[in-house]
Amino acid sequence: MSAPLLHLEKVTMQFGGLKAVCDFELAIRPGELVGLIGPNGAGKTTVFNVITGVYTPTRGRVMLDGAQVSGLKANRIACRGVTRTFQNIRLFPRLTCLDNVAVAAHQHRKAGLASALFGTNAFQRDEALLRAQSLEMLQVLGLGDYADAMATELAYGQQRRLEIARALAGRPKLLLLDEPAAGLNPQESEELMRLITEIRRRFSLTILLIEHDMKVVMGICERIAVLDYGLMIAEGSPSEIRSNPKVIEAYLGEDTAHA
Amino acid sequence: MKRFLAPAITLVALLALNQSLPRFLNPYYFQVLILVGINITLAVSLNLVNGFTGQFSIGHAGFMAAGAYGSAMFTMTFGQKIAAAMIAAHLPPVVAQGAMLLASLLLGGGLAAIFGYLVGLPSLRLRGDYLAIVTLGFGEIIRVIILNVDAVGGARGLPGIPQWANFFWVFLVAAIVIGLAVNLANSTHGRALFAIRDDEIAAEALGVDTTAYKVTAFVLGSFFAGVAGGLFAHYLSYLNPSTFTFLKSIEVIAMVVLGGMGSITGSVLAAIVLTLLPEALRAVKDYRMVLYALMLIILMITRPQGLMGTRELSWALFGGRRRGGSK
Repeated sequence: MSAPLLHLEKVTMQFGGLKAVCDFELAIRPGELVGLIGPNGAGKTTVFNVITGVYTPTRGRVMLDGAQVSGLKANRIACRGVTRTFQNIRLFPRLTCLDNVAVAAHQHRKAGLASALFGTNAFQRDEALLRAQSLEMLQVLGLGDYADAMATELAYGQQRRLEIARALAGRPKLLLLDEPAAGLNPQESEELMRLITEIRRRFSLTILLIEHDMKVVMGICERIAVLDYGLMIAEGSPSEIRSNPKVIEAYLGEDTAHA
Repeated sequence: MKRFLAPAITLVALLALNQSLPRFLNPYYFQVLILVGINITLAVSLNLVNGFTGQFSIGHAGFMAAGAYGSAMFTMTFGQKIAAAMIAAHLPPVVAQGAMLLASLLLGGGLAAIFGYLVGLPSLRLRGDYLAIVTLGFGEIIRVIILNVDAVGGARGLPGIPQWANFFWVFLVAAIVIGLAVNLANSTHGRALFAIRDDEIAAEALGVDTTAYKVTAFVLGSFFAGVAGGLFAHYLSYLNPSTFTFLKSIEVIAMVVLGGMGSITGSVLAAIVLTLLPEALRAVKDYRMVLYALMLIILMITRPQGLMGTRELSWALFGGRRRGGSK
């Protein structure tokens, strides 16, 4: 067993009187694909926000590669190799698809502000490289033809893929996908599953994924954690989760589970 | 070598126009032209903040005032003496005065930039409209301070600033600001600013240090507002605090919005239109400002995205470089 890439140590996130997440423990080893599921309002997205530094946990720590990242600003955590997509798509509407992706690659630039302002040769080289890399990332996600289209001109499913391309351009070690299959039709979900498997292999990624589409979750995740009212109620392989009475109860209600 | 072509042509053209224009234009038209140049600098520099980065600053006149008074005070206490000494050492007056003007502009801009940093850092760390309130306050504070400090003339104003700025300097600065803004817009840094404008949370999650970028854009904008103020001081040779009211800030905002938020061409175009319009309307006397306001309203109704939207004139058209660079 290798050391965990991401380790949430007894993370609690409290908003006033509401404990959105309570004593949450999760360790993800390099290369794993882990699913995070739970009914609406269970605290899944809060967990993402804690990992990415949008929130600093009230108690507990987030460790990345053995170093504490909780308390760092979101952009620092992103630069340490954690990028994400959003549940409600957050693209840059007034930028082209290529520029959307290039923004994420920005942390890997070398030329400074002064050389950009004066358009030095070093800057031009840097910029050309960045564009080439961003275009390549679009091609990987099958959006190569839309490089110069505005992000908002894409179809919904394509926008979801563009968000993944953008997250990948930050060259993450850990990719967080927040409901990537939301709003996709069954055929698009199939494609998405293939795509996630493909990028995981290609970029040797570790992935944590929130998803409601059980077909997707059960189909590609190796391990699943279940949250309900901020508490982790189960963790295990897809087949274990499927037959876990607590999970069934959380999803379907008490009566059904005991019936 | 192509990279240096456009700046070289600009420089030669500016020098030629500087010599020839005063002979053709009557002094009134010439002064309006100078004001156009200064307003282009103001509008493009504010566009870096309001248009590129999507922050709302309404204190541009304050930074302009800081630069104007800062550079004027430098020139009147040191610059003039140093220039006189340089002329006594047989340097041509154009060179001596030019060097001292440049020094005063850099100092004025630097002073405005320092104020920009002090004002920007606390207010730009937050998301939202704090910057608007803080810059509104800052603009008024600067004006009231100037009004009450006798050393800079107080309410009487500050006369006797040497008239060192001319067509060449005013439009050189305007050209530099435009050039830098174009380079910025086509760079990684510019994209980071646009990303902040479009979605700050997403930008932050992708590793963009939003605070640092917002402050940088704001300081850069403040610097050039200060430089524009310095040019203003050294062209009119008289400063009065009533020039730098809240209305002046609004005027510059109107240029940015009318031109199209984020469009450099738009800012330039709107700076020209909004400087010429009130002058052209002098013919209708009392109805001047009524018509001016009416035209603004009509323009905003018919083109709410501004004259240029977020688009630019193709710079390739003028033989300039396009993004990606030329070999």
